[in-house]
Parts: sequence; C-alpha cells; structure tokens
Amino acid sequence: MNFFIKKFITLIMTLFLVSVGAFLAFQIIPGDVVTSILGTEATPEREEQLREELGLNDPPVVRYFSWAGGVLRGDLGRSYQYSKNMNEMMPVAELIGDKLPVTLWLAGLAMVLIVMVSIPLGVLWAKSGNRFLDAALGVVTQATMAVPSFFLGILVTFLFGVVLKWFAPGSYVSYRQDFGGFLGYLVFPALSIALPKIAMTARFLRNSMLTEMKADYVRTAYSKGCSRQRVMYGHVLRNAMMPVVTFLGMIIAEIVAGSIVVEQVFGLPGIGRLLISSINNRDFPVVEILILYITFVVIFVYFLVDILYRVIDPRISER
Amino acid sequence: MRKPGSGKWNKYLTAGLIMTGIALLLGILGLFWTPYSTTAMSASEKFDAPSLRHIFGTDNFGRDIFSRVMKGLSTTIVIGSLVVAFSASAGILLGALTGYFGGLVDEIVMRVTDAVNGFPSILLALVLISLLGNGRQNVILALGIVFIPSYVRIVRSEFIRLRDADYIGRARLMGVCRIRILFVHILPNIFSVFWVSVMIGFNNAILAESGMSYLGIGVQPPDASLGKMLSDAQGYLQNAPWYALAPGLTIVWVVLGFSLFSEGIRRRV
Amino acid sequence: MKKKLLSLLLTALLTTAVLGGCGSDGTGESSGNNSSTGSSALEPAGDAAYGGSVVVGIQQDIDSLDPHKATAAGTKEILFNIFEGLVKPDKNGDLMNAVASDYTVSEDGLVYTFTLREGVKFHNGSVVTAEDVKYSLERASGLLDGTPLISSLKVLTSVDIIDEKTVQVTVGGANTELIYSFVAAIIPAGSGEDESGTPVGTGPFSFVSYTPQEGIVVKKNSDYWQKGLPYLDEVNFKIVTSTDTALLELQGGSIDIYPYLTDSQANELQGSFQILSAPSAVVQALYLNNADPLLSDVRIRQAICYALDKDAVNDFLAGGNATIISTGMLPTLQSYYVDLNDVYGTGANIDKAKELMADAGYPDGFDLEITVPSNYEYHMQTAEVVVEQLKSAGINAVIRPVEWNAWLEDCYNGRKYQSTISGLTSDATPGYMMNRFQKESKKNFINFDNAEYDEVYVKAAAAMDPEEKAGYYKQLQQILCDEAGSAFIQVPAITIALNPKLGGYTFYPVYVQDMSTVYYAE
Repeated sequence: MNFFIKKFITLIMTLFLVSVGAFLAFQIIPGDVVTSILGTEATPEREEQLREELGLNDPPVVRYFSWAGGVLRGDLGRSYQYSKNMNEMMPVAELIGDKLPVTLWLAGLAMVLIVMVSIPLGVLWAKSGNRFLDAALGVVTQATMAVPSFFLGILVTFLFGVVLKWFAPGSYVSYRQDFGGFLGYLVFPALSIALPKIAMTARFLRNSMLTEMKADYVRTAYSKGCSRQRVMYGHVLRNAMMPVVTFLGMIIAEIVAGSIVVEQVFGLPGIGRLLISSINNRDFPVVEILILYITFVVIFVYFLVDILYRVIDPRISER
Repeated sequence: MRKPGSGKWNKYLTAGLIMTGIALLLGILGLFWTPYSTTAMSASEKFDAPSLRHIFGTDNFGRDIFSRVMKGLSTTIVIGSLVVAFSASAGILLGALTGYFGGLVDEIVMRVTDAVNGFPSILLALVLISLLGNGRQNVILALGIVFIPSYVRIVRSEFIRLRDADYIGRARLMGVCRIRILFVHILPNIFSVFWVSVMIGFNNAILAESGMSYLGIGVQPPDASLGKMLSDAQGYLQNAPWYALAPGLTIVWVVLGFSLFSEGIRRRV
Repeated sequence: MKKKLLSLLLTALLTTAVLGGCGSDGTGESSGNNSSTGSSALEPAGDAAYGGSVVVGIQQDIDSLDPHKATAAGTKEILFNIFEGLVKPDKNGDLMNAVASDYTVSEDGLVYTFTLREGVKFHNGSVVTAEDVKYSLERASGLLDGTPLISSLKVLTSVDIIDEKTVQVTVGGANTELIYSFVAAIIPAGSGEDESGTPVGTGPFSFVSYTPQEGIVVKKNSDYWQKGLPYLDEVNFKIVTSTDTALLELQGGSIDIYPYLTDSQANELQGSFQILSAPSAVVQALYLNNADPLLSDVRIRQAICYALDKDAVNDFLAGGNATIISTGMLPTLQSYYVDLNDVYGTGANIDKAKELMADAGYPDGFDLEITVPSNYEYHMQTAEVVVEQLKSAGINAVIRPVEWNAWLEDCYNGRKYQSTISGLTSDATPGYMMNRFQKESKKNFINFDNAEYDEVYVKAAAAMDPEEKAGYYKQLQQILCDEAGSAFIQVPAITIALNPKLGGYTFYPVYVQDMSTVYYAE
C-alpha cells in the first residue's frame, strides 16, 4: 500500500514539474503567440483584443495558476491555433480526443506486430541449433536495430508504396470515414515502428530462453523424463517470458516517441504531428496537455512494469 | 568475474571495427577534404545517377552526394562524440555524488531524472531546441542534457553497489578522502559497464540527431546533415532513389558498425 | 448514360456562362486589362461534366474560419470558395461585381453606393439583405465593436442602408485602391455572434466540415448566383504539410490538384499530370536592413545586387519559370509595374560589385548574415544558392535559419537582423507593396529611409487619375531599385499539378484557389 502511495505522489510531483517546465519554456521561447496566430496583416486593435481574450496581459504566475486551476476542474482550455467553427476555438480535449485514436491505433498495431512476430521468432531462434540460422538471424536483427524509424518509413514507402504499389502513400483516410481503410493504411507506418523493436524483442527473448535453459530446474525436468516440448513451452518459455513482458512494457514509451517521427513520414494526423505543429505555432494549451498526457502514459507504463516485477519476483519489494 | 580485456577476439569486433573504422575515416577526412565541393552547384548535373564520377550520384542542385555524405558524417560524428562526452561526464558526476552519498540530493536528482526519463528523448530535445534555437552547438547542448539521466542511472547503481564493497570500506577506514574514493577507487571499476552504455549512448545520439534534422530542427544548412538530406530526398524517391538511400544507408552503417563493435566488447568482457 | 446527356446540355450552358462572366459583370472601375499573363485555363479533350469531387492539397492549416479574421494567404485562398464580398477579384487581377450588382463612387471619392444583386442567397437559404451587408462591413471595419478586423477598412466612417437593395458607405479619406477592400466577405447579420458558428457565405461552395490537421470539405452551392457554376459536387481541401509527401500522394492518386510544386517535382510528374505554371503573388528578395551599419552604405547594397545571379536562382529553384524582378512590385500588376532588370542585370556582374565594394572600403569583401525562416524550404534553398553566388564576389555570407515565429518577432517586427531571404505576399493593389517602404511605415522592416520616396508616395496615394497614379508608382519603383533598398530576386512561379481528367482550372494573380470553374472532362 505504502508503495502505491509513494508512486502516486511521485507521479503527481513529476506531472507538476513537467507542467511548470513546459510553462516556463513557453515564457522563454522566442515568438509572440499573438503574432503567431494573427500574422502580419491584422490590425493592432485585433491584436490587443486577442491578447486580452487569451489572458496574455496577466502576469505569468497568475496565468499558470488560472490554467492549472482550469485543468484541475477538468477544463483543459482551448487551442490558440485551431478553430472549432467560425466563432469559437477548438477545445483542447476535443482536439486531442480527435487525434489520439490515430496514435493509439498506430501504437497498438505496432505492438501487435511486435508481439506476434517477435515471440515465435525468438522461440524458434532459441530452439534451433542450426548455426547458420543462428548467425543469419543475428546479423538481420542487428542490422534492423540500426535503422532509424524515419529512414525505415522512407524505405517502407519506397518498397511497398512506390515499387510494389501495395498502398498509396498519403492515402490516409480518417477512422471516422472508413475504419478498415484507416487500419489498412496504418499497417505500413506500424511496420516501420515495429521492425526494429521486433528485432530487439526477439533477441531479448532468445537470450532470456538460453539463460533459462541452463537453469537447474531444466535439468531436473529433463531428468524427471519430461519431453523436450514440455520443458520448452511449459517451463522455459513461461519463465523466459516474464522479463520479456516487462521489456515490452518499456518499449511502449519508445513506440510513443517513434510514432511522432513516423507520423511525420506518413503524414498521419496523430498527436505527434499535433505536438510539433503546436510547438511551432506557440499553441500553449495544446502543448501543455499533450506533454502531460505523454508523461503520464510513460510513467504509468513504467509503474505497471514495476508492479509486474513485483508479481514475478516478490523479493524485489523487500528492497 | 573475468577482467576486461581478457576475453577472446570475436567476429563482432572485427566487423564492428571495420565498419566503424571506415565511417570514422570518411568522417574525419570529410572535415578537411571532400572529392567535390559540398556547396558548389551545377545546373547541368542535377540528379545524375551514381556513376564513377559521382559514386552516390548528385542531388537537386547538382552537388556530389558522396561529398555531402562525408560532410554529414563528420557533422554526425562530431555531434555524437560531443554529446556523449557532455552527457557522460555530467552523468558520472551526478551519478557518483548521488550514488555514493544518497540522501536529499539523491532524492531530488532522481526525481528530476525520472521526469526527464518519463519523456520521449526526441520530444525533450525538440522542446529544448525551440528554447535554445537551431544550430550545431544548441543541438549538442540539447541532446547532451537529454541523455544525462541514462548515465546517471547506471553510474548511480554501480556506485551504490561498490559503495558497500569491502575494499571501499577498508579504504574509508584507512582515512582515504572521499573525492579519492569516488574517483580513484570506485570510478575505474565501473568502466567496463559504463563503456557499453557510452557506446549505446553514441548510437542514440546519432539517431536522435539525424531524427531531429529530418524533422527540420537542429543542424541547418549550409551544415550538411544526413537527416536533412534524407528529408530533402524523400520527395524524389521515384526518380532519384539514390539521393535518399545514400544518407539513409550511411546512418545505418554507422549505427550498425557501432552496435556490432559494442556487442563485441560486451562479449569480450 | 445520364451523364452524357447532361454534359451535352451543359456544354451549351457553359459557353454562355463563360461569355457572361467576361462581359456583363465586368463593371465598376475595372481597367479592362485583359492580357492573360497570369491566367490560363487548360482544358483536356472532352466536354465539361457536372458532378464529381476533387481533393486539393493545401500546405497550411486554416488560421480561422471567420473570413474577416483570417489573415493567412493559405486560408483566404480557400475561403474564396465559400465567401464573397460586394466585389470579388477576377482572373485578370481586376474586380468583378459579386454580391453587389453595381456600384458608384462619388466625385470626391468619399461615398460608395452599392446596389445589391437580385436573389443572391446565403448557404442557409436566406436572401442577402442590406442589413447583412451593413453588419458585415461594420464588423470588418470595427464600426460594430471598436475592433477593426481588416485594416484597410478602418477608414470607413459609416455604413447606411438607403433602401433594401442599396447600401451607402462613407469613408474618411479618398483612395482609389479602397474598392479592393470591398472583397471583404458578406455574412448573415449576427453570424459573428451566432452560437453554432457555422461559416455561411454566398460563394459557389458551402462549408461542410473542418478537421484540424486534415482539412476542410465544401460542397456545391446549387443556388449560386452565377448560373452554371460550380461543376463539382464536393471539394476536399486536404492538408499536406510536406511538399515531399505531396508528390507521393499525387502519384498514389490521393490528391487531384496540388498548387505548390517545386520545379524538380514538376519534372517528375511530367507526363502523368497536367502541369500548369503562373506567377505567384510573392515578392522574394534578399531583404537588406538599411539601418545596419554595413548595409546603410548604398554602395554595399548595390554591390550585393550586382553580385546576385538571379537567372541561376530562377533555373535552380523554378526551372526558369519565375519572373525576375529588381524592384518590389508584382509584374502582374501591369499598369503599374516597370521593368528595371537592366539596372543591375539578371546575371552576376562580379566586377561591378567588387568595384563598388572597393569604393565603399571593402576591397576584400565582408561578412553578411542572412536570416532565413527555416520552415520555408524554398527560401532556404534560395539562400543556399545565394550564399554560393556572393562567395564569388568575396562576400562571406552565412545562413542563420530561424523558426517562423522567431523570424516574425526578430526580423519582421523587431528588425533585428542584417539581411533576410523571405517573401512578401502582395495583394492586388499596387499600394500594398509600395506603402511599406515609407520611412515611418509600421511594415517598413528593411528600414528604408528615402525622403524623396516618402514624398512621391504621398502623391501616389492622393492621385485620383489612374495614369498619374501609375506614373508615381513607377517613380517609387525606380527609387527603390536605384537605392538598392533590397536585393529583389524574383516572383516565384506557382506550379500546379492537375489530374489529367480535370479542366477549367483558372489562375489568379492573387492567392485564390477558385474551384468553381474546375470540372471533370467527359
């Protein structure tokens, strides 16, 4: 229980620090929000009106607390940049709610690909005594891990889009319009994110299994007359999977980061692209919430990983 | 435990050394000399396919891609090294202090480290660059800051482990001063572990740098940069695929070489 | 089957529509200048058919759905399809009557009387009334709540309803260019405070939806007052942030029209797409900060002008399609523009540059910092070329890339820079570009300081006679060029890729994506 409370306090502290950090950053970054929104052609009166609307004439401390107060009350504010209609700006919650599914499906799809490919691959690799296969997989995975995701994105575009014409680059359809087409298009960016992680996970699983195979209990199991299959899947894999699961947890954080770049390559309107354009346009309310959201997700995943560790190995909690 | 350097030579080391060697050679050479000027433009040589004259072909300004890749490689290697140097030394300092002494400082540093860690590195670098402005030095600074936490963690945990080791206890009894214990007695013993993370850090720095310049933040023209070349080249995939492949494969080459090299070292240890 | 019949019928209709468009509506003060530098309508074999939808790739997100508040050129060119003013720009850069069917200007230029066109309907079905016009103009000019939204309309002092079809506008000072400001959108009275906030106008297309980062969808306005238009049922303006992906999207068939191709991309698409090209409305220059200690010397500025090889820039970046300029006026504004390319030549004149530099006390060259907004690939690449060119004159130029917002703050508003390569988007009035180089102008970010220029500008603004006015504007351009206020480079070309099945695309000298004339050929 104590553990949970401590973790919770850490989470709140971190979120607070991050939000203050982002707020301060926005105070220092060059570029005036009002000019950024209105460009060079607006009248001074309109600029002043907007400045007042956005509360930019208040001192920074007041602005931070009025913003934070709003967030605590569940009001995430409105975007500075995006309109909802002619007379209103887009509420941040609505904006992010609209973009989040793209990133979540992308990350989810990547995760599915990673799990579906890397686990059989890792097992096969660990089981095979074939030196050639062993070496080949070693080289391939090593090489895959070295490809940066955006270059992989370009290669995927080139190979599947330009050469093989399996998909039309840029033919993204919104999930609201055509969910099947949406998923179909996401497969390729997801592949770009997943490939290096597949290599990593497969290597990790293989190493973990090889370590397990040397463990005493394996010898015991064999000596008790268990079949090789039984030992492999019943004991070794089960034990070897535990660290892999936590490893996969860690990867989620990297998938989030990877999707930011890959969204750019494939022109996906997800939160990564939203974040980049919001930073460029000084859209403070959107940036704050996105950063907080991402931080929250990452910390939460780490937290789950921590709990998993404890479940696997009760000794840890004594530390 | 075997001591570092006692292991056998292995294939990883050979392959890694060769690949890294070639990359370093070209990169360092690129600082002083390139076969063609990296900026001189020629309208008549736009998009020449790879040939003996231009082994990687030419780009949309008729510039020699091989020369530009060399220059980009220098930029990347210089930035990668400086980032690692910066973040590793800061990491050692912070990690050593927090790991050895613990207490309130440890708590504060670790909370900040957690906050930074809980944040995709490229994102943080992006925010920092918006703050600092574009340009080579700022990229180094931003990435340097971003990568500090990863070193702090490793160094700290090693220091915690060794802090309680017998020989340190004895040294303390003998009245050896703290600074000496930290940097003479403990530090050399963590190098085998630290070395690997420096290698990984170098690769991460290179990937982050190229990712950032791909997104258009970070190193800017006229500084050649592999990431920027890639993003420029993306639009010409169909008719001039070599333009994208050259910088892209170069990044892969460097990263792969280095990871093979570090794998080799890890196996040797 | 049905389509074929329709198309036959409609060809007939179309011919009348096109003729009608040229003749009867071209009233007002339009100078009847019909040369077609900026306009060309390429029609593929086959007749115009009604129906169908197209996807247009656009580069920037919408900055506002409120036509009075939108300031970005990229937004205005889209909203052109939804909203109309009393008058609207035509493809020759002149004005045609839109919501107004006619107007008169009093002798002293202080009173404008607009007669509303019969039966123009808003997209919500209601007929445009004098009330709506009064509301729209008062809102845009700040008479409504004290906050003017369109700066050129600030001079309005009152908007009065004479009868239900006539509106009279009184202004504080005469200016023959003011009529261009009446392109300001007419919206239903009260819609600026309306809860639903749906953008409602009178244009050929009505608003359907807007999704941030994805785009804006409009559908056919079947009640449109110009009979026979538009052809398309639906237009989807899709945001494509990177020109690189745009090319792939064109090739993949997910965009039909893309108006911002680079020259090399146009070459890639040659053969599979219709490629059309026309001058843009952007004045690109190496803008020089005249207040900079080094650049305050006119000889240094002239040396830079001589050192530039504008032909080479044109070749590299625009494949020779750009229009080279030596002064700050759009060549498409033909009645006012004067070609001064002979002053510094379009190629590099290194000897002359070196001579001037030696004169000014820099025989061995000097350092020059060029600030460039890094988000504009075109300006960045121009800068790369320019740096190379200046090198041969011994000028050691370095690029300082900055983010767009930093550029706005430091260069444009703060004027803290030495030189910058950027583009200014002009509107259809000659005064727009000339006004900003007066010493005291808020927009004079190059700190141009020339007493004669300021004097002539005052005369130009006051002139009521078109000939006289043009004369003054030409004089202004001459001063700007001779004094080397900045090293003007080119008006880049807009190169557009068009699905081969589409016809009727029309270029405008101002930023406009008019989709009403676009059709699928049978």
